[in-house]
Amino acid sequence: MIGLVHYLTVAAILFALGVIGIFLNRRNVIVILMSIELMLLAVNINLVAFSSFLNDIVGQVFALFVLTVAAAEAAIGLAILVVFFRNRGTIAVEDVNTMKG
Amino acid sequence: MPVEITASGIPLYALPALWPALPEIVIAIGVLALVLYGALRGERSTGDVHYAALALLALGFVLVVTSPAGTEVTFYGAFVADGFAKLMKSLALMASIVVLAMGKEHFEKAGIARFEYPILIVLATLGMMVMISANDLIALYLGVELQSLAAYVIASFHRDDARSTEAGLKYFVLGALASGMLLYGSSLVYGFTGTISFPEIAMALSDGASPGVIFGLVFIAAGLAFKVSAAPFHMWTPDVYQGAPTPVTAFFASAPKIAAMALAVRVFVGAFPTIVEDWRQIIVFIALVSMFLGAFAAIGQRDLKRLMAYSSIANVGFALVGLAAGTVEGVQGVIVYMAIYLFMTLGVFACILGMRRGGVALETIDDLAGVARTHPGFAFAIAMLMFSLAGIPPLAGFFAKYYVFLAAVEAGLVTLAVLGVVSSVIGAYYYLRIVKIVYFDEPKGAYEPAPFTLRVVITASTAFMLIFWLAPAPLVSAARSAANSLF
Repeated sequence: MIGLVHYLTVAAILFALGVIGIFLNRRNVIVILMSIELMLLAVNINLVAFSSFLNDIVGQVFALFVLTVAAAEAAIGLAILVVFFRNRGTIAVEDVNTMKG
Repeated sequence: MPVEITASGIPLYALPALWPALPEIVIAIGVLALVLYGALRGERSTGDVHYAALALLALGFVLVVTSPAGTEVTFYGAFVADGFAKLMKSLALMASIVVLAMGKEHFEKAGIARFEYPILIVLATLGMMVMISANDLIALYLGVELQSLAAYVIASFHRDDARSTEAGLKYFVLGALASGMLLYGSSLVYGFTGTISFPEIAMALSDGASPGVIFGLVFIAAGLAFKVSAAPFHMWTPDVYQGAPTPVTAFFASAPKIAAMALAVRVFVGAFPTIVEDWRQIIVFIALVSMFLGAFAAIGQRDLKRLMAYSSIANVGFALVGLAAGTVEGVQGVIVYMAIYLFMTLGVFACILGMRRGGVALETIDDLAGVARTHPGFAFAIAMLMFSLAGIPPLAGFFAKYYVFLAAVEAGLVTLAVLGVVSSVIGAYYYLRIVKIVYFDEPKGAYEPAPFTLRVVITASTAFMLIFWLAPAPLVSAARSAANSLF
């Protein structure tokens, strides 16, 4: 029988993978955008699992809001990435380094 | 919640009262009209949109200030208009108005004046107002995102400049990470308390919290610390402040800080008042790390905007000392601190925007050398603002620190207050070094005359620093009644 704990565990693993993806990835910024998406979807699994477990619709409403905002966030992230690429000609993570200190 | 069940079994929800959110509604409709106007007229509309956005924010300010006293909750518990929201919103709106007015010449001289900039400032301000009035986790998330998404775009607003776009990219990645953590914490708090409304969370936790809630609380604290740029979640701040166009940096250092701090107060004091002991240690840790990191890391900086980034990290640390107290006096201290910080930081950024020689905007400390001989008034303003930031009495910055440390001592956090004073003394070094450079180094030549708006802002904020001790009562008592509305 799959219970609440299983869903929460899957969500926690996906969320941790997302965070690790942001920090350990050295190659390219697109992977970071994918990691961010993974984190938000892990949160959605949490919300829907809790919603079903608590028999309360609010969690699913929250998940719909998260999905909508995540779409806007991805659009803005890609737009910023495009202007960055136009200026620098690269999207490698180690090249995001003109300012240090 | 007034719910009526119709004959067909479908619940019929009554339309919620709209008037408590009147300033937000007016600004939202106004900014949509501006988007439409800008899109139809194109680049020719830049000047019109700028003044219309100023007028819209001013209208919002008037509506907030004249809104009736008392606490109103609407939108089925998602939105609250109370004394605290009223004061913090008027501060945030004031900051946005000043920043928008200050930035016009800078953008025109840099050749990047576009109609999108005022619109994005207004949208970010709208997000801040939602953050300040948030009364449940969905409103919190939507407010934070509306503010942040607009902020990512204006950070990279100088889109042909490698540093500006890099600032936007870094801000986006780390900001999205922060939103993710905030959201993950929210989902856990929702799951383990069964509700998203702040007052209902407080009720559900009236006899202690389960480990799941504490776990969620830690994530929410991390996300909020990110948004106020408190250490150890500050790593985006120096790069974003340095890379973004200077008026945008002035904006990031002022209005969003007020809103994020108000949101932190509302979450911790509004939703988790029964488990103060649990979150106090998190806030104390964040405050200590921020104060000391801000004090030490700023010492070696040559870039003024980068220096102000570390200064803002330290200042957020001081304000969090008040929140750590968790009392009415503590919240009062936070409000007074943020209000005075707002005046100081807007003054300093007006000075930075006024530094311009041969058509080039100057941004390093060395460009301030010997300004006292060429521009005595300007040098006096910088000296007063720096003394105030260092917390030297009787300037306003001293009183800001006084109220938060007093609240911390009264709440029994004596060690935190003492360490705060120590870090403030360390931080005084780099503020005083700027005064030394301004007054005693060899001058490098005069600046171009500063535009009228900048001179007004510099004069007003310097005057506020100088005369605050004569009449601290209006601000302090307003902060007191605002803090009372939360308890």
